[in-house]
Amino acid sequence: MSWKFWIALLALALVHIVILAAGFIAPYDPIQQNRDFPFAPPMRLHFIDAQGNFHLRPFVYALEYHPEASAAVPYEEDRAQVLPLRFFVRTTAVFGESSPGGSLRLFGVDTPHRIFLLGTDDYGRDQFSRLLYGGQVSLFAGLLAAALSLGLGVLLGSVSGYYASWLDQLMMRGSEIFMALPWIYLLFAVRAFLPLHLGARQSFFLVVGVIGLTGWARPSRLVRGVVLSAKHRDYVLAAKGFGASDFHILRRHVLPETFSVVLTQAALLIPQYILAEVTFSFLGLGVSEPEPSWGNMLANMQKYYVLQSYWWMFAPGLALIPVFLFYYILSENFQRSAPSQQR
Amino acid sequence: MGLSSPHKMIAGVFLLGLLATAPPRLFAQPTGADDLTTQGEVGHPGGRLVASWHSEPKTLNPVSAVDLVSKELASLLHADLIHINLATQHAEAALAKSWKVSSDGKRYTLELRHGVRFSDGQPFDADDVVFSFKVYLDAKVHSPQRDLLEVGGKPIQVQKLGPYRLEFDLAAPYAAAERLFDGVAILPRHLLQKAYEDGKITEAWGLSSDPAAVAGLGPFRLKQYTPGQQVVLERNPYYWKLDSAKQRLPYLDQLVFLIVPTEDSEVIRFQAGDLDLLEKIGADNYAVLEREQTASGYRLFNLGPGLEYDFLFFNLDDLSSKHLPDISRAQEWFRLREFRQAISLAIDRDAIVRLVYRGRATPIWTQVTPGNKLWVDTAIPRPARSVEKASALLRSAGFSRRSDGTMTDSHGQPVEFSILTNPSNAPRTKMATLIQDDLSQLGMHVQLVSMEFQALMARVFDSFNYEATLLGLVSGDADPNPEINVWTSTGGTHLWAVTEPHPLAPWQSQLDRLMQLQTSQLDSRQRKATYDRVQQIVADEEPVICLVSPNVLAGAKATLGGLQPSVMRYYLLWNAEQLYWKRR
Repeated sequence: MSWKFWIALLALALVHIVILAAGFIAPYDPIQQNRDFPFAPPMRLHFIDAQGNFHLRPFVYALEYHPEASAAVPYEEDRAQVLPLRFFVRTTAVFGESSPGGSLRLFGVDTPHRIFLLGTDDYGRDQFSRLLYGGQVSLFAGLLAAALSLGLGVLLGSVSGYYASWLDQLMMRGSEIFMALPWIYLLFAVRAFLPLHLGARQSFFLVVGVIGLTGWARPSRLVRGVVLSAKHRDYVLAAKGFGASDFHILRRHVLPETFSVVLTQAALLIPQYILAEVTFSFLGLGVSEPEPSWGNMLANMQKYYVLQSYWWMFAPGLALIPVFLFYYILSENFQRSAPSQQR
Repeated sequence: MGLSSPHKMIAGVFLLGLLATAPPRLFAQPTGADDLTTQGEVGHPGGRLVASWHSEPKTLNPVSAVDLVSKELASLLHADLIHINLATQHAEAALAKSWKVSSDGKRYTLELRHGVRFSDGQPFDADDVVFSFKVYLDAKVHSPQRDLLEVGGKPIQVQKLGPYRLEFDLAAPYAAAERLFDGVAILPRHLLQKAYEDGKITEAWGLSSDPAAVAGLGPFRLKQYTPGQQVVLERNPYYWKLDSAKQRLPYLDQLVFLIVPTEDSEVIRFQAGDLDLLEKIGADNYAVLEREQTASGYRLFNLGPGLEYDFLFFNLDDLSSKHLPDISRAQEWFRLREFRQAISLAIDRDAIVRLVYRGRATPIWTQVTPGNKLWVDTAIPRPARSVEKASALLRSAGFSRRSDGTMTDSHGQPVEFSILTNPSNAPRTKMATLIQDDLSQLGMHVQLVSMEFQALMARVFDSFNYEATLLGLVSGDADPNPEINVWTSTGGTHLWAVTEPHPLAPWQSQLDRLMQLQTSQLDSRQRKATYDRVQQIVADEEPVICLVSPNVLAGAKATLGGLQPSVMRYYLLWNAEQLYWKRR
């Protein structure tokens, strides 16, 4: 494995840890509205103040909102109001938000002021907090869906490859049907049968379910190919001769052969499925407002005036790029390290 | 765009006595017609104006036109007997050069213009008017105009007194009845009589008709229709209006409507110069355009509050024949006046104005908007938002809050309901998100459900399978008469309880009585007092919770002259015949 692989792995681990810890790292609840700050621009962290003095503790300037100004972003930094960054702050409970009771946050500024590292959206919701909480939905939808489709793929692929009978025919023809299914229309169809108001959690599992259940076909065909070649190896035949059970042979001798194929597939499928979730939510089929997901955050970009004026609304799209890049580095390395006959 | 009931698009009524009509003047025209001389800027003939529509017209036939686009097209191709001038709000002479009202207010005698011709060159006379009203009033035709042309439960009687003289008899006195004639397009008998006699009048003049077979008395006539792309209108050379320099109107040679499905693409094409005019712009896009206004050679118009009102309402339909137990249970709350008042108090209207409309809207507490200066009751209380007062009201009605903050009713049920929105209307979707947050401060759990507009309408009008929704209505006229459909229990746009054969609450009977009363009050001060009372009941009982009235925003190229922007439909194009290109 090259150094690139380890860097990518480390970076991905870091991203996932940060996103898992959104409840601590994000300064605000993702659905908390700050109606006096619609489309506030990202605040800059300063170390040097207007007088040229250096501060060890970073600070931001308070934002002044001029709604009557015709500028695209009618905000100005108020140099008179220095807001030093505070660490390990406790926020007060607000009914209706996802964290009942006050919670401990990594950083914040003195209330009633606010800090918006990545600006705010049209309701004045902190874009940085939404990015982290939204990542929980988008990244883990990808992971879960990939786990589901790989699990199914390995199960069906190995059974089908190992027993190679009418069962094999049935499964492989079935997989062809699944490969031909257009996901998005399938999700439209499934959504039409479900009750109108799905909670954020139900929509999350619906999206994961649909992506995972339709995606098993390709990995299962790859696994079947590996199993087909592995089951004729000498050591498999020898084990059979000694009277080993099918389950033992599959588990002990055949499935380990598929390991690198599965890893490569995982590294390819996860980003693909993250993108699928983002697409669904972008179209309004996934997690719905006010809960964030990267897809429904990006849905704002469908509007011309947002596209024209508020570049920070691109944040979830920009966050996707390194995540995808890291996963592709992983998949490339898995593929390179796989035994040559399985390429 | 607001929900548009067909009935509301037809102008209603408003009495200011008889207006002096332009004296008939002879003009050096081969026909020797008595044309109407208009006041206003004198322009230059020629040129082509490109505007846009979000969807295609459904028909070229004014008898069956229901959707806004078909209606706008009809208003350009056809003319009416008496027309409401949107700049002054007064009824003015159009094809009728003068009219008289009998002292009991029940008989109208109209004198038609002589020598007027349809756009195919055929002459117009009283027979065309008699024919048109026969078509509109024919119950078999199901014309949307029919309801409004019924007064006192009976259709208007039309009688020809001479080739240019007609008498209209009303069964009961009707306030400002001359406004009934506005928007009733006069049809060419020579082209449509056969279709009518064959019982096919509504099928005539479909979109595939030959443009030469379609004629009207409006400023333009159809030249070409390309499905999915554009509708091209050309100048009607026989039009009966002149400017004060005796030039025949309209000035423009062509008026083109491109079919541009979304507002965003309209704005982009307007910026690129493809479109000369934007009839209506959302507040967000207005802000984008405003920044480039000086550099880009266009003018924007912020006309202030229009006649549109956006509101939230709860399902108060009679559900006894439907099997909707959850909604029936929630209706126990919705029927409480205190509940509706508390919701109204808890909604942050100022935030809606600021965040949804960027300050270009006005908060309202009743249905008449500040844009309707003659009819608005300025004495309506405008209580500031107060979650505390709302909570107190709910407590007085038996609601309480659990230790975790959840609001529960007197049976201990948590207060949860959903609000339907249509994502195609971004402002209302945004409003719903704000309301969701506002009501969570009362401990109510509100879900937002988005669905297509047609599906939403089907729930409101047919299945009643909804709890609450946000809609907007826009009146075709400032006069209260068209509003009768909304506020009387049997009205077609009585949204919150569509099938209410008998008034369910005392205040509803009162609304019914007052709305009927104002139609027959010929004294405008008395009428105003009656309609003020209607507004007070709406503000107090909140069958719909009125939220905001958005400003009417529009834009046009700076070189376009003759514009008299109106807060009423069709904002910039209502006087299309007077628009012209300024010479550099």
